[in-house]
Amino acid sequence: MLVGVVVLFAFHFGADWLARRFHLPLSGPVLGMASLTVALALRGQTPRGLDRASNLLLKAMPLFFIPAGVGVMVLSEQFRAAWLPISAALLGSTLLAMATTAIVMKAVTKRLTRPEVKPQR
Amino acid sequence: MNDLWTTPVPGILVTVLAYALCVRLQRRARGHALTNPVATSIVLLVVFLAVTRLPYPTYFASARLLHFLLGPATVALAVPLARELPRLRRLLWPVGAGLLAGNLAAACSAIFVAKILGASRQVTLSLAPKSVTTPIAMGISEKIGGLPSLTAVLVITTGVIGAVLGPWFLDRLGIDDPTVRGTAMGVSAHGLGTAAIYQESSEAGAFSGLAMGLSGLITALTLPALVAMFGL
Repeated sequence: MLVGVVVLFAFHFGADWLARRFHLPLSGPVLGMASLTVALALRGQTPRGLDRASNLLLKAMPLFFIPAGVGVMVLSEQFRAAWLPISAALLGSTLLAMATTAIVMKAVTKRLTRPEVKPQR
Repeated sequence: MNDLWTTPVPGILVTVLAYALCVRLQRRARGHALTNPVATSIVLLVVFLAVTRLPYPTYFASARLLHFLLGPATVALAVPLARELPRLRRLLWPVGAGLLAGNLAAACSAIFVAKILGASRQVTLSLAPKSVTTPIAMGISEKIGGLPSLTAVLVITTGVIGAVLGPWFLDRLGIDDPTVRGTAMGVSAHGLGTAAIYQESSEAGAFSGLAMGLSGLITALTLPALVAMFGL
């Protein structure tokens, strides 16, 4: 499992460096996720240690947002001055984006689903 | 009291303690949407800082280690994602269409609402990338003329709202397919939504992580044009 932790940190570090060095429109963590996905796909299977390390981190992931989240409430003058209209706007827009994604995805799936599967070549 | 806070020990202790209590609370409430442990922990810690008069920067410096773990945790989404790749290949068109439509809806509605509320140009531009993961959103905001620090605030608030209400809202819409639930959460509520939906199932988490990453890319590439179209 320690090897798994090392792999995750190494991909994070490497991708962060690449994103900064070349001013990419992606953040280090997202680029790290993309490159590790490609690496795992090429390898064909995920080592057990990496699987366990990633599950551990992902289970605890909500916790990692808390320190920054507290800052939003405490620090931002703009937020405190107008938290109600801001929250209402964010709420409406967030639910709209969520519903649009889900409904479009379902509609396209329905259109593409065919009763039988084509025979393998 | 403040010298006690120079190491990571107290910051991590109070944060993990608050989170553990709030996870208990959520279980007691049988997973009721409003008891999302991230939201309740934030409230609990805001009260804690107010009562102890501990300055936020002192708290954050001590709890920073937890904040840094967001990076490797995001990278860890590659593992469930790699596992779901065969399924993703079959769902390429639905996921692609959902991502484009969702990102467009998020950005347009944010700009639209900001205009109705009479927000300044700078606030509107800071709001536009709010559904995208924080570091990408801050970069976009800077590029189009918003305030990156304000964007960070709006992004995190969006994430909390999505994480708290998203699962309940998707239930209401009758969406039970984990691939659709995950994609919708990732598009609208980035990492916070992903972290919340991963607790439901790792497949939903995988699709959410993917949607979060691709939304960052789509928004970074299309928002400047969209902003020009709105005449901002």
